Amino acid sequence: MSQKSIIDRLAILADAAKYDASCASSGTAKKNSLGGKGIGSTEGMGICHAYAPDGRCISLLKLLLTNHCIFDCHYCINRKSSNVERARFTPQEIVDLTLSFYRRNYIEGLFLSSGIIKSSNHTMEQLVETARILREEHDFRGYIHLKTIPEADPELVHQAGLYADRVSINVELPTDSGLVKLAPDKNAQQIEGAMGGMKMAIRQAKDEKKRFRHAPRFAPAGQSTQMIVGADAATDADIVGKASRLYDNFRLRRVYYSAFSPIPDASAVLPLKRPPLIREHRLYQSDWLMRFYGYQPSEVMQATEADGNLPLDIDPKLAWALKFRERFPVDVNRASREDLLRVPGLGVKAVNQIVASRRHRTLRLDDVARLTVSITKVRPFICALDWRPVMLTDRADLRALLAPKREQLELFSA
Amino acid sequence: MNALQPVEHHTHYAIHLLEPDDFDAWRERARALVQCDVPPDRVTWIEPGGSGDLFADGERQLPVRSDGAAPVRASKRFVRLAKNAILHSDPDRFALLYRLLWRLQGNPQVMEDKADPDVRRIEELDKNVRRDSHKMHAFVRFRLVETEEDGPEHYVAWFEPEHHILRANAGFFVRRFANMRWSILTPQESLHWDGEALVEGPPAQRSDAPSGDPTEDLWRKYYASIFNPARLKVGAMMREMPRKYWKNMPEASLIPELVAGAQGRESQMVAAGSLEFDARPETLGAIETALHACRKCPIGELENSSVMGEGPRGAQKFSGLMIVGEQPGDQEDLAGRPFVGPAGQLLDLHLERVGIDRSSAYVTNAVKHFKYVQRGKRRIHQSPAAKEIDTCRWWLEAERSIVQPKLILTMGASAARAMLGKTVSITKARGAPIMLSDGSELWVTAHPSYLLRLDGAAREEQARMFDADLAAVKARLAELAN
Repeated sequence: MSQKSIIDRLAILADAAKYDASCASSGTAKKNSLGGKGIGSTEGMGICHAYAPDGRCISLLKLLLTNHCIFDCHYCINRKSSNVERARFTPQEIVDLTLSFYRRNYIEGLFLSSGIIKSSNHTMEQLVETARILREEHDFRGYIHLKTIPEADPELVHQAGLYADRVSINVELPTDSGLVKLAPDKNAQQIEGAMGGMKMAIRQAKDEKKRFRHAPRFAPAGQSTQMIVGADAATDADIVGKASRLYDNFRLRRVYYSAFSPIPDASAVLPLKRPPLIREHRLYQSDWLMRFYGYQPSEVMQATEADGNLPLDIDPKLAWALKFRERFPVDVNRASREDLLRVPGLGVKAVNQIVASRRHRTLRLDDVARLTVSITKVRPFICALDWRPVMLTDRADLRALLAPKREQLELFSA
Repeated sequence: MNALQPVEHHTHYAIHLLEPDDFDAWRERARALVQCDVPPDRVTWIEPGGSGDLFADGERQLPVRSDGAAPVRASKRFVRLAKNAILHSDPDRFALLYRLLWRLQGNPQVMEDKADPDVRRIEELDKNVRRDSHKMHAFVRFRLVETEEDGPEHYVAWFEPEHHILRANAGFFVRRFANMRWSILTPQESLHWDGEALVEGPPAQRSDAPSGDPTEDLWRKYYASIFNPARLKVGAMMREMPRKYWKNMPEASLIPELVAGAQGRESQMVAAGSLEFDARPETLGAIETALHACRKCPIGELENSSVMGEGPRGAQKFSGLMIVGEQPGDQEDLAGRPFVGPAGQLLDLHLERVGIDRSSAYVTNAVKHFKYVQRGKRRIHQSPAAKEIDTCRWWLEAERSIVQPKLILTMGASAARAMLGKTVSITKARGAPIMLSDGSELWVTAHPSYLLRLDGAAREEQARMFDADLAAVKARLAELAN
């Protein structure tokens, strides 16, 4: 069979990568190409170079080295038993694509993943080789994110960390039983073992960096993972619990949630319907509550409804506030920062501004309105110098008042 | 204020600035004005190309400031915001900055009052400029220009920033593309980097920039492929990548067709994998009827009939054992019953030898239709594909939920796959139970047709192992019965 052209293979292998939620190119060590031979820089904050009509940012060239796979995970389009068209790139071809895109300022770098070919070690070697050519032969100083294969030799995975800014290992599914059912070739213990090993390696490299200035950098942007939402019966409470354990146990930078989307040639055991995008969104919101708002995982779980899932019509912060009305109203002139962060509609920035402003004046409702996006949403939950929401907070129909009106289909909002 | 020099009352000062983005020049003027005690409402700031002012045509001489004038104070935060906000295209920005500087002299804390309208405004300007800068880092698209053969490659971009941000952001591109030769052209000015020095140039026109680059085809292909039509969220895209930037981004021309085609592509994705089963039948009879009509996979399209499992219909006679084979063969298809051909006869022989009563077991197949290729008058057996097994699994699960076996014996790899959803090695898995999620047990063994293909010692060896597996199943059934 004749080899497909680069552009045809790019179409196949980018298409195969579109189910991966991660796109971030942030949080790595600063570097630039001054004084070097190649190109590239990272300045801490990642840049989204384009947005696709699915609203997701394109920051990295996200590709699979190959979509051939010896595994047979039901949710995965590349599984062995799928009839999808197959293709593969050589490491050199990926390098050339990355560099020519980077020179034109289309991307921040490369996010490389792969189906498992021949063996886990063979696949990992190819991934590492791609990163090596970029870094060593082309002195590339942009961002590299490598997906590591949990079953691969730890030494190979270690090399990946030396070339990459970020490494990730997918947990795939929120429960072990889901993994057994949908990813029969994968093993939860092995995945978590690999995450644990990566955590240790990152920590060790950090220690060495403190002591020796020339110690090599090791995955300076840390490790992340991805969970598929909606392919099995796991509830939001299960997912939040799993995510918080992962954050705690493995010091992950991010847990990505990927709403399961129907894949062509799907396996018979999977749901075939539109991906639960709102659910994915609510999970990201709950993730933020834990990472930036000081909520404990148990508190996010308190915001779930009887079926263990977060409400879809309102955000988890509002859901929590409606369940714990005795904690409100919060006095914007006296309350602690922690309590202010619990007010639905007040973001971290607004809270910081309230705390800064109240040193200079006693805040009225108008003052708060200037610092927030929507005072209507905030009003029932706060007191200000000229405002007490006594009646509002106790109203039984508060949820209905605050829940957003049903929106038109997104298709027509453009 | 302690400006000692008398200031003419009601005098207006018009300050002409030479550059729209020169913070240092503004600062020098503003400092002098503050020291001369000129209140904000008596100063008009005019940027290059900006309109003059009603009260002053030319720049009136400022009063001379005294040597003893107090130094002008500004908080660090003010300086940081002002440096960025001055890049904004709002003609009132200089006046706003001066007003704030003026107020800072009386109230050094003014910048910390986040609710103050002037503070809000400077933060807003700062935010707009930061956003524009960020979009410039993101949306500048270089194109490779044809150059003489030996010269270094030259990359040129055309960009239309909303604010005066080009010079302020040159450093970003220098740091990123330090060893590349590039130019960024804008309607206001241009920048050129040759790998060593940065040179500013005059305003440019769109036609000065190159119009295409073969790599853009690859990039557009990537953009179209990485987009998941099942997740269409146009609003989110528009928020981050407003239409005004599209005209200079090669990939943006694809957006309308990608959006328009998304619903179609999504339903195709769903349809391509879709198996629209109705509700699961509740009786074996209903399954049998429905099976005849099943065309979920290509096997159903062949000329054959479906073969349903069979077993005792009364609970007393059922031993709790379900035996699952691969698929009906030629004779099974003709008879409409499982395991009646050569493999079935061999199975019966072994069951009898071990002492399992076939009539007490429910016997069925993983795949319900006979898959074959026609060779002359003969129909040659074909193994089902993994996809076909996975599809037919739905029927097997339906049978299983009605029969409720305590122990399932699968024969051959296809049958094991139908139960587990993955391919297992018979050699490794045989001889020990695999616990299933409903508490029943799965035992795997070889398929009797495999034995039929062997001869001599190999066949004897396999027959012995097959018997051993059956014996283990029999023993386990007895344990489960107690």
